Amino acid sequence: MVDFRQSVEAMIPALRRYARALTRDVDIADDLVQDTLVRALRSERLFHGGDIRSWLYTILTNLNRNRRRSMARRPTLMQLPDDAADAGGTEAEGRDIERALASLIEDQRSVLLLVVLEGLSYREVAEIQGVPIGTVMSRLARARAHVKSVIEGERPALRRVK
Amino acid sequence: MRELNLPVTEDELHAYVDGELPDDRCANVEAWLKSHPDDAARVAAWRAMAETLQRRYGGVVDEAVPKRLEIEKIIGRPQRWIWGAVAAALMAFIAGGAIGWTMHGVAVSPSAFANFTDDALDAHRLYVVEVRHPVEVAGSERDHLQQWLSKRVGYAVSPPQLDKAGLKLVGGRLLPGPDGPAAFFMYEGPTGERFTVYSSRAKTADMQMRYVAKRNDASMFWSDAGIGYALCGPADRDRLQQVASLLYDQVEKADVKAK
Repeated sequence: MVDFRQSVEAMIPALRRYARALTRDVDIADDLVQDTLVRALRSERLFHGGDIRSWLYTILTNLNRNRRRSMARRPTLMQLPDDAADAGGTEAEGRDIERALASLIEDQRSVLLLVVLEGLSYREVAEIQGVPIGTVMSRLARARAHVKSVIEGERPALRRVK
Repeated sequence: MRELNLPVTEDELHAYVDGELPDDRCANVEAWLKSHPDDAARVAAWRAMAETLQRRYGGVVDEAVPKRLEIEKIIGRPQRWIWGAVAAALMAFIAGGAIGWTMHGVAVSPSAFANFTDDALDAHRLYVVEVRHPVEVAGSERDHLQQWLSKRVGYAVSPPQLDKAGLKLVGGRLLPGPDGPAAFFMYEGPTGERFTVYSSRAKTADMQMRYVAKRNDASMFWSDAGIGYALCGPADRDRLQQVASLLYDQVEKADVKAK
C-alpha cells in the first residue's frame, strides 16, 4: 500500500506536465491532476499489478475528456492569439506550439503529448485510449501534420473560409 | 537483409522517430531518408516539434508541486465512496481490441491472451444456445460444482454470486482450456440473457481487465497470479463491465482469504 502511494506520488510532476500541455492553463491543469490523484487513491484496491504510470495517464485523459464535454455545453470565451506582439525566439515559438495544440482534436492532442512529451509507447497509448495501435498511429500522423502546418504558418483549410 | 527494397511507409517514419521501429529496419529507413529529401524534411520537422514541446512544457516537472497536490493532503480529504469513481477506474483498465499488433517492449504475450479469450468466447457461443443441456452440473448443486471443478482445474474456484447484477447461476461444466482444464459457469438474467465465466490456468503475465468484442459477443478478460478469467456475454460494454466488477471483487476477496 505504501509502495502504491509512493509510485503515485513519483508521477505527480509528469502528470502536471501532461495536464499543462493538454489544457495550456496552470489552474485547470492542477485541478485535473488533483482529481486524478483523488480517484487513483480511492480506487487503490482496483489496481493490481499493472503499470501505475499508464493507469494514471488513463484517468487524467478520461477526466479531461469529460471536462471538455461538459464545457462544450456552455459558451466559452476564446482568447485570440496575439499575433501583433513582436516577441521573438522561444516565446514566439511557445505561442505557436500552444496555438497548434489548441486547434487539435482532443484525441489527437492527447496521442501527440503522450508519445512525444511523455515518451509512452504506441502500445501504452493504445491501452490508455482504448483503441487499436493503428488508430493511435493515424491520430499521431494527423496531429503531426496539423501542428507542422500551423507552425509553418499555413492556416488549416477551415480558417481560410470567410 | 530481408525487406531491403521495400519502400518505407509513413507509419515507419513515425515509428523511426519515436524509437518504435525494429532495429533491423532502422538502417533501411536511414538509407531511404538519404535519397528522399521530402521524407527527411518531415522527419526533421517532427524532431524539431518534439524539441519545441519539451522546451515549452518540459520544465513543469522541475516546478515545486503545489501544496494541494501533496499526497498527504489528498489522502487526508474526507472520502466518500462513490461507485462512479470505481467505475471510472475500471474504465481505465479497459482497452478495446488493442491486441495483435506487437512492437518491442511488450510485457504480455498477446497470443496467449487471444487464445484464452477465443476459447472462452467459443465455449460461450456453443453453450448459451443450449436449452436442454447447457451445463453438466446444475446450479442447485453449488457445493458439488465447486468441489469437483476446483479438483479438476487445480486451484480453488467457486461459482461467483452475481445476483446483484440480476443473474442466477444455471450451472457449470468442465472444458479443455489452452493451458489445462477450465471451469465454466453459466448465468441467466430475467430476460434470458446469458453470461458465462471461464477460468483456467493461463500462461500470461498478470493483466488488467480488457474488453474484446467479436460479432455479437464480448469478453472481459483479466489474469492474476497465473489464473485467467474471462467473462463473456452480449456485446454491451456497460453491462459487461457491471458484471465484471462484481465478479472481480469476489475473486479478489477469495484470493485475500486464501492467502
